Amino acid sequence: MMSEDTTTKQHGMSTAGYVRIALILAAITALEVSTYYVDFGPFFMPSLMIMMVAKFVVVASYFMHLKFDNKIFSWMFYTGLFLAIGVYVAALSTFKFFMA
Amino acid sequence: MAIIERPSTTAPAVLPTVPSAAFGALKRPVTVSSGWRSWLFTVDHKKLGIMYGAVAMFFFIVGGLEAVLIRLQLAAPDGKVLNADLYNQMFTMHATTMVFLFVMPMASAFANYFLPLQIGARDVAFPRINAFGFWAFLFGGIFINMSWFLGGAADGGWFMYAPNSGPIYSPSHGVDFWALGLQITGIASLTGAVNLIVTVLNMRAPGMSLMRMPIFTWMITVVQFLLLFAMPVITVALFLLMFQRNFDATFFDVAAGADPLLWQHLFWIFGHPEVYILILPSFGIISEVLPVFSRKPLFGYPFVVFSGAAIGFVGWGVWAHHMFASGLGPVSVAVFSVATMAIAVPTGVKVVNWTMTIWGGKLSFPVAMKFALGLVILFTIGGLSGVTHSVAPSDTQQTDTYYIVAHFHYVLFGGAIFGLFSGFYYWWPKVFGKMLSERLGNWNFWLMVIGMNMTFAPMHILGLQGQPRRMYVWTEARAGEGFFNLGFWNLVASIGSLILAVGVLFFLINIFVTARKGKQAPADPWDARSLEWMTSNPPKEHNFDSIPTVGHLDEFFHRKYSESESGQLTQVKSGEEVILDLEKNADAHIHMPSPSYWPIVLALSLPVIAFGLIYSIPVAMVGGAIALLGCYGWALEPSTATDDEIDPPSSGQGKEMVHVG
Amino acid sequence: MAETATHEHAAHHTSTGLSNNKLGMWLFLGSECLLFGGLISTYMLYRGRVGTGPTPSQVFDIPFTSVSSFVLLMSSLTMVLAVSAAHNKDDRATTLWLTITALLGATFVGGQVYEFTAMYNEGLGFSTSLFASSFYTLTGFHGVHVTVGIIMLMSLVGILNKSKVPGSRAETVEMIGLYWHFVDVVWIVIFTLIYLIPV
Repeated sequence: MMSEDTTTKQHGMSTAGYVRIALILAAITALEVSTYYVDFGPFFMPSLMIMMVAKFVVVASYFMHLKFDNKIFSWMFYTGLFLAIGVYVAALSTFKFFMA
Repeated sequence: MAIIERPSTTAPAVLPTVPSAAFGALKRPVTVSSGWRSWLFTVDHKKLGIMYGAVAMFFFIVGGLEAVLIRLQLAAPDGKVLNADLYNQMFTMHATTMVFLFVMPMASAFANYFLPLQIGARDVAFPRINAFGFWAFLFGGIFINMSWFLGGAADGGWFMYAPNSGPIYSPSHGVDFWALGLQITGIASLTGAVNLIVTVLNMRAPGMSLMRMPIFTWMITVVQFLLLFAMPVITVALFLLMFQRNFDATFFDVAAGADPLLWQHLFWIFGHPEVYILILPSFGIISEVLPVFSRKPLFGYPFVVFSGAAIGFVGWGVWAHHMFASGLGPVSVAVFSVATMAIAVPTGVKVVNWTMTIWGGKLSFPVAMKFALGLVILFTIGGLSGVTHSVAPSDTQQTDTYYIVAHFHYVLFGGAIFGLFSGFYYWWPKVFGKMLSERLGNWNFWLMVIGMNMTFAPMHILGLQGQPRRMYVWTEARAGEGFFNLGFWNLVASIGSLILAVGVLFFLINIFVTARKGKQAPADPWDARSLEWMTSNPPKEHNFDSIPTVGHLDEFFHRKYSESESGQLTQVKSGEEVILDLEKNADAHIHMPSPSYWPIVLALSLPVIAFGLIYSIPVAMVGGAIALLGCYGWALEPSTATDDEIDPPSSGQGKEMVHVG
Repeated sequence: MAETATHEHAAHHTSTGLSNNKLGMWLFLGSECLLFGGLISTYMLYRGRVGTGPTPSQVFDIPFTSVSSFVLLMSSLTMVLAVSAAHNKDDRATTLWLTITALLGATFVGGQVYEFTAMYNEGLGFSTSLFASSFYTLTGFHGVHVTVGIIMLMSLVGILNKSKVPGSRAETVEMIGLYWHFVDVVWIVIFTLIYLIPV
């Protein structure tokens, strides 16, 4: 049994905090778009992937409150996410998608 | 039902402060305990469970008749019962009906009825969504079968591989009905999954920790997670198929440069978890039945729980073993082959646990126990032939032969369906208050065992002799000679299917006879172990007069028996006394969710939309409007009605009712 | 979805102490991952198969899509501010932020309609090529999700305007917020994988 007091948690953060998060997201987006114009060479793919994951995690953790909420929610969401990544990456590999 | 409250001197109840009446939406249907309205608008998990069961049983008969027609066609060389086209429709719809319209909803029937009872809850977490799920399943099932009368049913096999699913090889609307109908039943499964998972997590009685939950509840929970994550995959596949057929996309068209294997991957990423969705509820049922009739606790409860979860998890990593013959390449084949062998381990763990449960027990053999033991044996046979498929070179020989048909009928008929029948006999007194006849039940069981083995065992031989699946005739010239003669074994299988049908007929007769003059069931007919028996037969609207506090796994048993230090059991109370104790301490205020019009309205919009997508877009828009109306009506209605919201009761009903209010 | 309003106070009685609605919503979102995963994979498999039609780099307008991505991202900020206001029982601020969120969402969908029209005019019909079909299917599904979100936001604004008890719909706001953010994170993935990575 989980404890009953989990509902009394504080909901997220202050308005200023949310605005800061949004500014960070905007900055990463600007950086992402810049890869389209500036040649990142071998760092192109890894940096895009890292920025995508960073944005994803920030929105999920702060805007969707996963960081502050009960861990069950994170488990449910990330189980679905990793299951999706697992099966679809495996399926695409059988098409030799990542060999190119 | 909203109307149960005691003591009957009512004080205004504290309702959530939701300003519902302000929106002037339709009033809630009045609560009546009988008549058609009490079924149409009900949100009671028990009534919905019964309806799931009745509809699934109807589709079982439909699917069974389709199977008999297939076997009649194949009984002799150059069969004339069906033509090639009709034969294709028959095997496609036989599989579709049995998988999606019988086994899955029948498992839902058991889950709906017993899961809340087993965890000591009064209903599910989202009663209206539960009702919506049932109606969506019913309308989806009817929608798929409407194709028989509108130009022919789907004919591409239940896995509907490209190019057979395309407009060239399947020009009728059958595949469209099939794809859209499965979308509708898929929505039903998805909503059901969310509902039951939340119910298990949130609605347990005090003290009912996860590791005190009955195995049936555990297995159903694993199944709901599988449904939750598998349904969206088939949804994608079906959408792609629909866009291909109706909007000229070319997702699976090789001529346009597409990869038809994409369909196979999507289908089997869904399809293999689906296999466990079919079998795990039955595993759960017999894990309840075997301990009761062995008078021993289930051997290794945590192992059964974790092996069930392990099956659910590893079940995601083996889908491509359905595609060994499709040219995946050696690496993929090797990986999936090993994973498939691995999944036999947790399944084997379960068989060992069941055997150890029976071992040294004080066994009794009512029909429920016979079916449970039948599952253990027949499923093991099917499991062993399954292991032969995991060996890829061997599987390449077996693919698309009757050997495969033999395998999956042993695990699905001998496994899933025997488990469901075990559940029928075990829980019938709980649901209907009457005992199914054991005499008729024995006829039912033995005819099914004989029929099932006569039908499916010869298919091993037929398959190894090379008889392909899905061929609508075989000829004398190719039948061969001697013991492995195709003609002889096909005839045996066909006769077996008729015996099987008679066996099922005995079950239907049994239902009928029991309803007319069945023996009234005692409160605790089997000396059972789990919470669902700790209330009257059938249970009251609100399940338990007082919610029990749980201190043990097998709580009911622990309240009846005390164990001495040497392990000697002495009965301290009868089941009736335990139930009476609960009734004496009945809760004063029991709020039950009220019936609602909206689940059936919303569900009805789905086939209208689907119909419109096939024939005329404006009809689909009407359906969309109904759906929108349903959503608003639903959202604006509080889950519990207030006095002034309820329609005036029809005459004569009003007096006995005491409002929650 | 629509169950949201009903169990406002139920959270205190559940075994986990968590709200039924929120658990249900998170389960649904977990499930949605596999839906969008399938659509994205289909696109990835087919993105290079353009037949005789235009290629992705010919039809994608990166500056335009960057702006609409930014708009959707900012709608997540306004959404979270609405949730915040709802928990502070400030229905006026909640309504305001919800309306702004819906407007930003509508801007995004409008941009998508414009983008689709432009692509169609450049010769990329739904069935022109495998690339076209899988692209329209994926982004179309996302667009439908955004549209459903806008409808829910507007309905919620209507309900809040008639609500007499401030903050009584806080959980509904939070639930729709979760859905909205999810639609946003899906777009984060789509924007990177589909638009920014060249074939």
